[in-house]
Amino acid sequence: MTMLEINNLHAEIESEGREILRGLDLVVKPGEIHAIMGPNGAGKSTLSHILAGKPGYAVTEGTATLDGVDLLELDPSARAAAGLFLAFQYPVEIPGVGNVTFLKAALNAQRKARGEGEISTPDFMRLLKTAAAKLEIGQEMLKRPVNVGFSGGEKKRNEILQMAILQPKLCILDETDSGLDIDALKIVAEGVNSLRSPDRSFIVITHYQRLLDHIVPDVVHVLAKGRIVRSGGPELALELEAKGYADFAEEAA
Amino acid sequence: MAAVKETVDQVRAIDVDQYKYGFVSDIESEVFRKGLDEEVVRFISAKKNEPEWMLEWRLDAYRRWQTMDEPTWARVSYPKIDFQDIHYYAAPKSTSGPKSLDEVDPELLKIYDKLGIPLREREVLAGVEGAKVAVDAVFDSVSVVTTFRDELAKHGIIFCSISEAIREHPDLVKKYLGTVVPVTDNYYATLNSAVFSDGSFVWIPEGVRCPMELSTYFRINEKNTGQFERTLIVAEKGAYVSYLEGCTAPQRDENQLHAAVVELITMDDAEIKYSTVQNWYPGDKDGKGGIYNFVTKRGDCRGHRSKISWTQVETGSAITWKYPSCILRGDDSQGEFWSIAVSNGHQQVDSGTKMIHLGKNTASRIVSKGISAGKSQNTYRGQVSVNRRAANARSFTNCDSLLIGNKCGAHTVPYVESRTPSAKVEHEATTSKISDEQLFYCISRGLSPEESVALIVNGFVREVLQQLPMEFAVEAQKLIGVSLEGSVG
Repeated sequence: MTMLEINNLHAEIESEGREILRGLDLVVKPGEIHAIMGPNGAGKSTLSHILAGKPGYAVTEGTATLDGVDLLELDPSARAAAGLFLAFQYPVEIPGVGNVTFLKAALNAQRKARGEGEISTPDFMRLLKTAAAKLEIGQEMLKRPVNVGFSGGEKKRNEILQMAILQPKLCILDETDSGLDIDALKIVAEGVNSLRSPDRSFIVITHYQRLLDHIVPDVVHVLAKGRIVRSGGPELALELEAKGYADFAEEAA
Repeated sequence: MAAVKETVDQVRAIDVDQYKYGFVSDIESEVFRKGLDEEVVRFISAKKNEPEWMLEWRLDAYRRWQTMDEPTWARVSYPKIDFQDIHYYAAPKSTSGPKSLDEVDPELLKIYDKLGIPLREREVLAGVEGAKVAVDAVFDSVSVVTTFRDELAKHGIIFCSISEAIREHPDLVKKYLGTVVPVTDNYYATLNSAVFSDGSFVWIPEGVRCPMELSTYFRINEKNTGQFERTLIVAEKGAYVSYLEGCTAPQRDENQLHAAVVELITMDDAEIKYSTVQNWYPGDKDGKGGIYNFVTKRGDCRGHRSKISWTQVETGSAITWKYPSCILRGDDSQGEFWSIAVSNGHQQVDSGTKMIHLGKNTASRIVSKGISAGKSQNTYRGQVSVNRRAANARSFTNCDSLLIGNKCGAHTVPYVESRTPSAKVEHEATTSKISDEQLFYCISRGLSPEESVALIVNGFVREVLQQLPMEFAVEAQKLIGVSLEGSVG
């Protein structure tokens, strides 16, 4: 049984025709946490964008399935309803739209797409209260417009809050640790850990080993020049931290 | 977020081309021949059993109108209007004037039912419990019914059609009509003065707070017919009223002219809150048909410490030319203008406000949110003028434009003029686009592209929506979503 299966994925930036992913393979099983590390420009963020369905990329070859469903055939909103969640590296501000309003609209849109009824307001508020408390998100922050005037740490915590409310099957964290101080990093990591479950998987994209001290991965991959060039256990991250990526850049070449 | 969901459901339910209120009602009408001359003016006046002074007023306006030229300064373009090719009077045959509900043609009641406007007094607005709204329903050139009149009369409030007011309350009408928008104010106001057919009259006596929302619903049904309504609202000392107007028209290939005049007057310590949800037929996706909405709306804060507040949600009309304004005559008086103007397809909007500060310590506030999509052009045109006697006047303008797509335009044309050193005038303006990042962020959370746009736009206009009476805010929110149908993807 697999959660995510990617086979020989090739993808390019549409406007430039430049190939970013060059035959990427990846298998993530339910309940697993996979870390993807690698040098700048290796294609880490591109991979997360392509899985989430961001416009501007063209998949030229290969497949990607989520829980047996062909992801690449689905619209981005349908991918979300199918259980995929991307925590953005740079969460986007939406002025005038209250955080709670946004969360509820998103949750209900997904439920509707899955043929479920709308969540009742009391149930939603209970869910929200529990999740927000874990992430130390107060009432005031919930009332503010989505990400507007949030600090870097607040934005990232807000992404994890969305994750907790939407209850996805596969969570992709795109450099969630960037811009976080150590306290914020701990809060975010605890939030993620509390969402770990046997039927939920995570892909954690990061440059640094630091985050992996707090979110301990089952598998660590090195992505270089558009492919996974090496995989290993958590110790691989430590090795990367010590040696840098220079060796892997050569391996891929 | 039920409202967003409803917006989207509504959007789904209709095509771009299907304007929800675009049906034509088969009501037997009395239509006077096309064209404009003294005979037409006399005909309208006679139809309404008007006193001699009113006819003279109209004829004077007509003669002056003949010497005037159509204004061309607005940023809108349209083929020359043939004023001789328009009917100036059309009325449902069964209605000779407003009467009790029992006497109203059931077919007419059905039409207003279809429009979602409750005319039966026991009814309340759809889905809103406990909201009582008195309605004056104007169908083509005549008012067909005014509800809750007896209850309002208990408070001494007069709420009736302007035609009835001219007959029944001539002193009040004579005292106030044309005192805010003079007969020769501008080309369309003068035309309106000559041929206005109906509209609402509201008079709130001293010290009375109107116990319910008042509203007028305008419906143009007849073909090739202009609608020229005239509304006059007077709040005597310490009075308060909240008033809402709504408008719809059938979907037709030819353009129709709507040239209204609205006059508001507040005496000392009085307040009028005037809200508009304008949803005239905007034309089809190729820009064919639609209403020309050339409207003069002005409020006069005649008394000290009085207040007039305009709130408008403009989603309809092929062309909108409209500047609800405030003359801040009384000391310490306040004027507000809250506006949402949505344009899609080939719509052209040139709208804004004028705040004329004459009294001391007067304050004005302008919040304008323009949303352009499709191939539309959306212009904010505003004037803030501070007279030399208006010591310590304060004015604040916030003017935001949102662009959807890359074929539309947003323009801001503010005029600011201050003749007193103690005045404080501020102007802020922003233009933004719904960014691909914002859209993708929403979509990646499971919202469809339409839901995402509706959510982002409703966030953009929230500040203004909050000014509307609650029962209409939801309606307005839906309308904005529907108006932007087809603007993404």
